[in-house]
Amino acid sequence: MEKLLNWVDARFPLTATWKAHLSEYYAPKNFNFWYYFGSLALLVLVIQIVTGIFLTMHYKPDAAQAFASVEYIMRDVPYGWLIRYAHSTGASAFFIVVYLHMFRALLYGSHRKPRELIWIFGVLIYLVLMAEAFFGYLLPWGQMSYWGAQVIVNLFAAIPIVGEDLSIWIRGDYVISDATLNRFFAFHVIALPLVLLGLVAAHIVALHEVGSNNPDGVEIKKHKDAQGRPLDGIPFHPYYTVKDILGVVVFLIVFSAILFFAPEMNGYFLEANNFIPADPLKTPEHIAPVWYFTPYYAILRAIPPMFGSQFPGVLAMGVAVLIFFLLPWLDRSPVKSIRYRGPKYKIALTLFVIAFIGLGILGILPATELYTWIARVLTVVYFAFFLLMPWYTKHDTYKQEPERVTEK
Amino acid sequence: MSEMTVDSSKRRFLVAMSSTMGGVAALGAALPFVFSMNPSARALAAGAPVEVDLSKIEPGMKVDVEWRGKPVWVVHRTPEMLELLNKHVDQLTDPHSENTNQQPDYCKNPHRSIKPEYFVVVGICTHLGCSPTYRKEVAAADLGPDWPGGWFCPCHGSRFDMAARVFKGSPAPTNLVVPPHKYLSESKVLIGEDQDASA
Repeated sequence: MEKLLNWVDARFPLTATWKAHLSEYYAPKNFNFWYYFGSLALLVLVIQIVTGIFLTMHYKPDAAQAFASVEYIMRDVPYGWLIRYAHSTGASAFFIVVYLHMFRALLYGSHRKPRELIWIFGVLIYLVLMAEAFFGYLLPWGQMSYWGAQVIVNLFAAIPIVGEDLSIWIRGDYVISDATLNRFFAFHVIALPLVLLGLVAAHIVALHEVGSNNPDGVEIKKHKDAQGRPLDGIPFHPYYTVKDILGVVVFLIVFSAILFFAPEMNGYFLEANNFIPADPLKTPEHIAPVWYFTPYYAILRAIPPMFGSQFPGVLAMGVAVLIFFLLPWLDRSPVKSIRYRGPKYKIALTLFVIAFIGLGILGILPATELYTWIARVLTVVYFAFFLLMPWYTKHDTYKQEPERVTEK
Repeated sequence: MSEMTVDSSKRRFLVAMSSTMGGVAALGAALPFVFSMNPSARALAAGAPVEVDLSKIEPGMKVDVEWRGKPVWVVHRTPEMLELLNKHVDQLTDPHSENTNQQPDYCKNPHRSIKPEYFVVVGICTHLGCSPTYRKEVAAADLGPDWPGGWFCPCHGSRFDMAARVFKGSPAPTNLVVPPHKYLSESKVLIGEDQDASA
């Protein structure tokens, strides 16, 4: 065995890679609950890839057959229902895990120097994930698939001058049609997953280069022992692999409970209208995106049309997502972790969470006048969190952060 | 060999030139892939003009035809409907069809059509692409006593009158689109092709 390993190591850095990323990757010893979601995101990615591969074995990317082929998977393919529901539940689980993972960064300043690139790769992953979810949602070819795609592709048509041609180019037709379904399938099953895997690798490589942040937001590399190991660090394997396995077990319990008892989640994970085949001549009564897009959908609807164009709303929605990229440079606080920050940031973050969840709820509900006004207020709060950040983080009070990590 | 020095400016020039040419070649090679995503010949053919026989439409009724996969409504408006069109001009965003993208020039008139009684319009809401519902009944209970008849979008509540002009306060920014169309005879209309400029 030893000999075989030596043979491999002379030809491929197997042991070196194992050491660099697992057994001798030193992570801070004070990780808490919020640090489960990175490894859980990786787990969900694996679930999505595996279930996705098996779904493509039975699915037909053809406007005439797509809806029926999904029903065929659900009824006739052995365990097809399980694989399909695991994939659809996985999509929502992915966003839950990723939103919590991103919130962790806002709590402990994980996006701050020197981890800006980790954050940028992370936001790119989030963008690809959104595109992946959007393309995937068209594939069952139900009413909500069809009209949801119609609404989103029309957002591009609102771009001045090139919009109309751009939307035709995206669809490959004048309306959402077989051509659109076919290309969305290609993007969903091969193009974006490849990009996603590349970005995840970059995210992890960048993380392991600078080292993990922690709930205290202090650098463990400042204090090392004689061997050059961080005094407050512990090897990722076995310490955190074991911790993460606990997270995996708890996650899988919750995931299975949803998968087996409420896979449609009362219309939030799989919308009722999507069990009706797509009909280009009949719009459903109420079109709402799946829950993970609703905060941005609410922002889109909150902005009134200006100059006879609804482009401002589209622009606001786009900026609302892209503004995450700037976060490492907007934050001017001398400390990273919320533990040592002053009241201004704590209030701002609380308001932001309220705005994000509030917009998410409003995006599901029909747009009445009252709701539209609430959405406008929350949209202002959403953007204020980012745009005023240089000011309120600079003028906030803060406590001196400790030299070493603390144990709670 | 020791006499020879590296001429780095030539080297830089060669590297710059070959990477520029390589970049141009890569862009050129990308074009076929980009163009392949445009509508195919089949999709273009399916987008061909559609003929509608107007004589079969009863007064007040609406016929749906499909053109380029979009619903196109052809409505036979009654004289009462046409009369009501002038009653609520002040409540409309664009009563005089000033926005030239929303109709061909020959339909820039109060009734937004070639012949006043026959109205041709694309049945897709200019807000986010839903298909509004035909609500011709004047003062419908759920739409209020002022409702003059028209279309109501179930998605986000946009309201349009019998010439598909949008009411102020609707999420839709503009009137519905009148597609290019022309009369082949007294009772035949061709949707998808412009009327001759001379007509």
